[in-house]
Amino acid sequence: MAGRRSILCLRSLERRTSRGVVAGMSLTREEVLHVAELAKLGLTAEEVESYRGQLGVVLEHIALLNELDTSQVAAMAHVTGQENVWREDTIRPSLPVSDVLAAAPAEESDSFRVPVVLEG
Amino acid sequence: MELSCLTLGEASSMLSKREATSVELTTAVLDQVAKRDDVVRAYVTVCADEALAQAREADAKLSAGTADSPLCGVPMALKDNLCTKGTRTTCSSAMLKDYVPPYDATVVRKLREAGAVFVGKTNLDEFAMGSSTENSAFFTTTNPWDSKRVPGGSSGGSAAAVAAHEAVFGLGSDTGGSVRLPASFCGVVGLKPTYGRVSRFGLIAFGSSLDQIGPFAKNVTDCATVLGAIAGKDEMDSTSVALDVPDFTAGLKSSVRGLRVGLPSEYLGGVDEKVLALIRNAVQMLVEAGAVVEETSLPHTKYALPVYYIIAPAEASANLARYDGVKYGFSDRQGDDIWEMFSRTRGNGFGPEVKRRIMLGTYALSSGYYDAYYLKAQKARQLIKEDFVQAFDKFDVLITPTSPTVAFGIGEKTSDPLSMYLSDVATVTVNAAGIPGISVPCGLADGMPVGVQLLGNYFDEATVLRASYAIEQSLGDWTKVTR
Repeated sequence: MAGRRSILCLRSLERRTSRGVVAGMSLTREEVLHVAELAKLGLTAEEVESYRGQLGVVLEHIALLNELDTSQVAAMAHVTGQENVWREDTIRPSLPVSDVLAAAPAEESDSFRVPVVLEG
Repeated sequence: MELSCLTLGEASSMLSKREATSVELTTAVLDQVAKRDDVVRAYVTVCADEALAQAREADAKLSAGTADSPLCGVPMALKDNLCTKGTRTTCSSAMLKDYVPPYDATVVRKLREAGAVFVGKTNLDEFAMGSSTENSAFFTTTNPWDSKRVPGGSSGGSAAAVAAHEAVFGLGSDTGGSVRLPASFCGVVGLKPTYGRVSRFGLIAFGSSLDQIGPFAKNVTDCATVLGAIAGKDEMDSTSVALDVPDFTAGLKSSVRGLRVGLPSEYLGGVDEKVLALIRNAVQMLVEAGAVVEETSLPHTKYALPVYYIIAPAEASANLARYDGVKYGFSDRQGDDIWEMFSRTRGNGFGPEVKRRIMLGTYALSSGYYDAYYLKAQKARQLIKEDFVQAFDKFDVLITPTSPTVAFGIGEKTSDPLSMYLSDVATVTVNAAGIPGISVPCGLADGMPVGVQLLGNYFDEATVLRASYAIEQSLGDWTKVTR
């Protein structure tokens, strides 16, 4: 598996760059912060930097897919080709509210209690 | 005979003949846990009292002759991403450290109804993301064969529990190899059923188009028995398939004479020499039993890892969006508003690998990148599937190593995420395509277990199990097959 042998040569974005490989897949700090915001992940400055490097290495590996001509291929919708699964819309008991709220970090009046969403 | 060392078949027979009670068997297993788990650390939660209560109930059924499952009274391990009503289910994450589900997963419900005894919940890589169980937020499970090595992952706890006789059988989940890899590393049988064969309801989701629950067992027959107990259409999981569940133990002993076996060359490169020797030995067992083995090619194999490392994180980023500190689980409310609650809860509640994968997945799905990554991966996935569809025109099963190496040392790969991902190189293709795959112990390389992987056509677990049984029987005591 030649692809795998070349993957095993990868170690860090920095070293490969010094061998003259274009580091086209590296993420900028801004991109990392943008993605973290989309995912609502609070990251420390150290984490931003370490993920930036690590994700860059993984994305470089993923770039292998660019070798593939997929212009005539349909995206896979379901792995075994199953189509819409229907059921009758009958009313059945759901989980009791008390069961659901039992695990809640904070609750009030049969609802989940959360910090303020909108000020004013 | 030490009761905890019994196979499911042996235990079931002894229990139904009342040569032993479930309480005796469960006690023996719990004693084994007390003896070994300080070092193995398979269990996050041991449910001793509940287990003995279940054992007593099982004994009542067994004595009355009303037990209707071979699993009745037999102690088993459940991976801690399977919801157990009333018993905490943590996914080995700080996010769910104290989470108690209000319902059972469908497979858990089925096993309860069968009378199985739940020894406890086993350790995993956090949210099933990993190949070594080192990503558990709580502790690392060690390999029962060598405590300085990993048990594999992500279902390392369940595999180790069965290998150390801390459970007679177990359940794990497999998204990219997470049942088959630890099975290989720990010297037990581990099966990933066809996608849709077993309900995912109550399996805490990681990659919804890839996840399947699968059994760990001490031998192929046991594995077949457990599969039969958990498989079947479930109206709570619309991706589960309405196919009859055959008796998977029925055809095991049928001859493999004439069985067409393919050996894909792409899986043989980069494999450790001693591992490869054991794989070739297993292949030879099939040949001697009358199977016809031929080398073949699955040309898109090398693209499976990149495909997996786009699709799985992408689906994970969606599935893990629910962990927000609102409804259950960890909630960090030290910030000023709900946005800070989300950010702090998720930043502090998730471990580094989980955050890495959420980031990767979010990136791959984000505006401007969706076509280049996610859409591209779903197309490439179609090509990987087609390789298998074509292969199964010519072959009944495919045979490969489960892993290029034996279990590696604890800490050896943790500083390099990509090298950890490469452990999955032989297993992710199977989840990408959705076909069934099993790992069966085939020998020891430098004293560590090696698994041979068999892959089958969609919903053809029966043939996979039959070929596995043939290898198992031919090898005899696989621990004596050494390189």
